[in-house]
Amino acid sequence: MNATALFGFCAAALVGIGLYGLITDPQPLRKLLAFNLLGSGVFLLFGVVARRGAAAGLGGDPVPHALVITGIVVAFAATAMAAALLVRLFEETGHATLDSDAAQDGNTVTDGESS
Amino acid sequence: MKLALQILTVLAVSGGCFLFLAGTIGLLRFPDTTTRLHALTKVDNLGLGLIVLGLLPTAGSPLLALKMIAIWLLVQLSGATVSQLIAQLVHEQEPRA
Amino acid sequence: MSLPLALEISFAVVLLANAVWIVIAREVVAAVIIFVAYGLLLAIVWVRLAAPDVALTEAAIGGGVTGVLLLGAAARLRATEATAKPASVSTRLVAAAICVTTSCALAYVVGSLPDAAPTLAPAAMASLPETGLGNPVAGVLFVYRALDTLLEKAVLLLALVGVWSLAPDRLWGGTPELCAFPRRSSTLLLLAQLLPPVGILAGVYMFWVGAKLPGGAFQGGTILAAMWLLVVMTGLEDIPPTSRRWMRLLAIVGPAIFVVIGFAGFALANAFLAYPAGYAKPLIIVIEGTLTLSIAITLGLLAAGPPVRAQHQ
Repeated sequence: MNATALFGFCAAALVGIGLYGLITDPQPLRKLLAFNLLGSGVFLLFGVVARRGAAAGLGGDPVPHALVITGIVVAFAATAMAAALLVRLFEETGHATLDSDAAQDGNTVTDGESS
Repeated sequence: MKLALQILTVLAVSGGCFLFLAGTIGLLRFPDTTTRLHALTKVDNLGLGLIVLGLLPTAGSPLLALKMIAIWLLVQLSGATVSQLIAQLVHEQEPRA
Repeated sequence: MSLPLALEISFAVVLLANAVWIVIAREVVAAVIIFVAYGLLLAIVWVRLAAPDVALTEAAIGGGVTGVLLLGAAARLRATEATAKPASVSTRLVAAAICVTTSCALAYVVGSLPDAAPTLAPAAMASLPETGLGNPVAGVLFVYRALDTLLEKAVLLLALVGVWSLAPDRLWGGTPELCAFPRRSSTLLLLAQLLPPVGILAGVYMFWVGAKLPGGAFQGGTILAAMWLLVVMTGLEDIPPTSRRWMRLLAIVGPAIFVVIGFAGFALANAFLAYPAGYAKPLIIVIEGTLTLSIAITLGLLAAGPPVRAQHQ
């Protein structure tokens, strides 16, 4: 097994770990972190495919590299939007959870600045 | 001359790696935050400095050597600032006068 | 087992251990800090995969600016940690089963990739001399798939408008606030005075050298944004109110010039975003330069968040 295949398996494992965190973590901010983990695993998979396409004097295929750079920037934009949504949800309702049962229980944390 | 430079590289990088190891052991084994910070600064300053010193003869051009030294200086700057900030916070949160 | 392979194996093991630690860490702030370390480690892995441009982008955006963003959000959401209920055991078992299946399927795909790997590298390198660039990734980003880069910049602007629109109506056009260090610290002040000149130089250099060597507009723009955020976090300067015209103009000048050059391609070279022969490199430099400025402002504003103070306070 060479290094590229090793990182390919590592990327598959990262996708699994990220997916687990996304499904089971109760707090939305942790879900956001797990989503970023999942994304980085997918990008690493792209990188493995690019490395296998080394030719013409290059170390790797440049087209997947450009796709991954675009992906990292767009993932940051999505993370920024999601984090802003979470903070706004917390300011409006007093708790930051996507669980509708907690909303109906009135299980709120009072916050002095909710508008 | 070349052999002497290669021996210098091996010795300096080994010394740097030893300091990295010592700093990591200090991080894991020291009792509280300020002593751990003390261990980490050895890694940043002397450890990285020795590694950069060892890699200087293998740099292709003087510009590359200057860039490596600049990296070392920047790591020292950020490491020192963060250590000071953490230590200030720890000092304020401690209950003793 | 050779020494380089042992090194790669240790990288992979530490990477996976970090990922698991992020998912099971007790506090959100700890998880975010480990995420920043994970991003830096991932950058080293990208270098091992012979992708230095991607490594720079991952270290800057994936590790750096995302860390600032998530630390700010974690600080603001600190009060909600106590009320979170962990998932039930059955959910965890089902999730674990799904994840193991997905990982095994992906690992099988990785293992069964064809030996003669299809690649676009020869095609990319063949047309590169005409464009005057030396970096094939820059060639893909700004010549072969320039439309993708234009749309990506549009996505950044849309995300910025989306973040701004999350403020209450009365705060529209107000001032965002980055979670600043609680009081004036002379150490941080010294850092904010020494580092930004070096950082600005590094950012501009990285944009300029991206035409020939690894680098480019995104990496350079992110370093400029990081220097701006450092000065704001020290408390030396506030973020300007989002209604300031010069700030909005700087944010759109990059994609605007990109679109103008794109449409000029109809007149000069018969297709959208086609460059006339011989003028490719100067046009690309103009696009990249304005894009660097726009990216710096947009990333900084995205990390700062929606306005929290009305503009006339």
